[in-house]
Amino acid sequence: MKNAVGREIPEKIAGLENIKLYQGEFAYQPEGNCRGKKIRVGKPGADKVLASIDEAIEKTGLKDGQTISFHHHLRNGDYLLKMVMEKIAAKGIKDITVASSSLSPCHDFLVDYIEDGTVTALETSGLRGALGKYLTKNPGKLKKPVIIRSHGGRARAIEAGELKIDVAFMGAPTCDHLGNATGKQGKSAFGSMGYAMIDAACADQVVMITDNLIDGFVYPYSIPQTQVDYVVAVEEIGDPEGIASGAIRLTKSPTQLLMAEYAAEVMEKTGYLKQGFSMQLGSGGASLAAAKFIREKMEAKDIKGSFGIGGATGIFTEMLKDDLFEVCYDAQTFDTTAIESIKENPRHLEVSASFYANPWNASPIVNALDVVILSATEVDVDFNVNVITDSNGTLMGASGGHSDTAAGAKLSIIVVPLIRGRLPMIRDHVQNVVTPGESIDVIITDRGIAINPKRQDLIAKLKDSKLPIKTIQELQEMAYEFVGKPEEIPVSQEDKDIIAVVEYRDGTIIDLIRKPLI
Amino acid sequence: MIDPKTKLRRTMMFVPGNNPKMINSADTYGADSLMFDIEDSIAVTEKDTARLLVAEALKSIKFKSETVVRINHPTQTPFGMDDLKVILPAKPDLIRLPKLECIEELNLVTAEIERVEKENGWEEGTIRIIAAIESVKGLYNVREMCKHPRMVAIALGAEDFIANIKTNRTKTGIELYFARSEILMAARDAEIQCLDTVFSDVKDMAGFEHEVSNSRDMGFDGKSVIHPKQITEVHRLYTPTDIQIKKALKVLDAYEDAQKNHKGVLAVDGKMIDGPIVVRAQRVVDQAIAAGVNVEEKREQA
Repeated sequence: MKNAVGREIPEKIAGLENIKLYQGEFAYQPEGNCRGKKIRVGKPGADKVLASIDEAIEKTGLKDGQTISFHHHLRNGDYLLKMVMEKIAAKGIKDITVASSSLSPCHDFLVDYIEDGTVTALETSGLRGALGKYLTKNPGKLKKPVIIRSHGGRARAIEAGELKIDVAFMGAPTCDHLGNATGKQGKSAFGSMGYAMIDAACADQVVMITDNLIDGFVYPYSIPQTQVDYVVAVEEIGDPEGIASGAIRLTKSPTQLLMAEYAAEVMEKTGYLKQGFSMQLGSGGASLAAAKFIREKMEAKDIKGSFGIGGATGIFTEMLKDDLFEVCYDAQTFDTTAIESIKENPRHLEVSASFYANPWNASPIVNALDVVILSATEVDVDFNVNVITDSNGTLMGASGGHSDTAAGAKLSIIVVPLIRGRLPMIRDHVQNVVTPGESIDVIITDRGIAINPKRQDLIAKLKDSKLPIKTIQELQEMAYEFVGKPEEIPVSQEDKDIIAVVEYRDGTIIDLIRKPLI
Repeated sequence: MIDPKTKLRRTMMFVPGNNPKMINSADTYGADSLMFDIEDSIAVTEKDTARLLVAEALKSIKFKSETVVRINHPTQTPFGMDDLKVILPAKPDLIRLPKLECIEELNLVTAEIERVEKENGWEEGTIRIIAAIESVKGLYNVREMCKHPRMVAIALGAEDFIANIKTNRTKTGIELYFARSEILMAARDAEIQCLDTVFSDVKDMAGFEHEVSNSRDMGFDGKSVIHPKQITEVHRLYTPTDIQIKKALKVLDAYEDAQKNHKGVLAVDGKMIDGPIVVRAQRVVDQAIAAGVNVEEKREQA
């Protein structure tokens, strides 16, 4: 069966139920109700604080075949997933599904637990490093393909009951004895706990693990005590160096800056850079650097924006501080400057992944976006975008909020160099589709800008500009002139070689990642 | 065809000839000319690599900007003439000669260019020369050398020059004042272009603006640049302001009207207009058009 981006999807995939094909951005109409949390009774005088992670695992009654979840706010500095998995493995518990909101290179150790059968399934936004390479080469090691979800798609799957979490283990930079937790204080502070909020609200049991258990009360809290079953204190939940970078600086790369300038120019010339506009910038070099040029234009024309969405960085929170924007909605805080901002600035709001991007609530904030600027690992002539696999078909990225913001925003811009190394970045068909071309309006490269033909309005507005407007085919030709056309990467067509399923944000299947035959 | 002697050369960007990534992306930043260097930025052990790489790049990449190759000195180094043998068949628009000191050097290089032009059946004058004055000896011979028929532009190479006169670069530029003036006069006398030396502190954009404004006001046609971010700045400084453009348009319109209607003395905004003012106004409008300004729109607003 072919889906709406032309990908062949088999009727049955081992380990997956209820396969639905991607039919278009808002084509699928769900029915039914959200899933409720398991009922529990909190008793007067009960003490939630346990002595160890071991004790917490025992209290939750975690057993073979269950699903546990983690958030990725500790990013590449995360110690927690490893601490918990070591205890689970030592107890001989097998067949665990790990549903982390994302996975970083620090989670490469999962390979060992997959090998010994402790972990048999992964559901995540992304995965990279040695784990990505291992799963790409060994599709049969898990009992079902990895499920790749966008940030909004994960919140949706949890709230709709498609991803049922038995126990959520959560790293909390500060927590009190009742379980109220925040990410804004403590030595491991990472800012917003947006991705943990959905797990806390929906998981059957929640274990808060903190390296700053305080005697008083946490206020304001990110996660309320009403959702927390147990609290465990440990020495360290993560390595501050890996959790948040120091202030993220603007790229110095002239190519990235050129694309960033083009992006700001496109926003201005298409009329989206206007009073009260809203935006989100991806965390790539060029998308983030667009802030510099957007800021210059806003100051020159005395434009005030309405809101920005984070992945918050200092580059944006400085604009917030300087009143260039009214509000920042933040589900994930990237650098130390932004962490300071969410602590100090009342207009910097912590929001859940569902508030951010869940397509199945009344109004995720992405739906109100005017402009989003995003990176890509590659794009194709149909404007489809890949951010999950590299040019050899190896898992190395994350779906993140890419398809969520692209579907929501009125103007979705991709910035990608025309050539990386010796490879053209505009393919006939991307290796894997994460965001469908129908969501993408403009692709900006260092050598020219292509506008999706479905946006004739944008083509008309930009035709007399000084910007280097080309067709996507012209850009592809230009890239071929430099580096030639690369050979396609052959992939196995056997069902047993399906490495991962890429869900669109509504849970339909937009693509399968198959084992590359190289 | 664009006259190589009057072509717009506000910016000439230096690109190290041994860096494929920089060569590949060189013409995405909008410089009027690209100068691929196989001289000072290339170590002695890398000369052959750089020269082959630049030649291959010229043959296989369609650069939008004018292409220039700075070769090693033809007589003072053992590399210069070998550079020409590899580079000329790749047909750059210009050869840039460093440390030019006497007319014989120009004649030597020109003979080689002519030989290659004939060999390939190219029109004579296909490949022109821009040279840099980097010594007192060169400065003393600059008038004669500027008049050489292959020459389209002369430049100042400050670093070697100030070493030669035993001083340092200063913020005021006093140490280069004489050399800049002398080279500029020689260029104007010979009716070729004149480009200013590089400004090497890429972080100091205020200092850069100051230097570019000064050399522009002296009369230089453009600036050698070493970083893409300097390009936008030079182009901005070399684009006439709205006020200048509108005033120039008024002058030209009044002049045209006077010509048509056989008026004698003419005045714009109470000021008398004579020949040189008309010439200057035409230059402002030409610069604006070259910089991509919509002059007709300005005329309507004027």
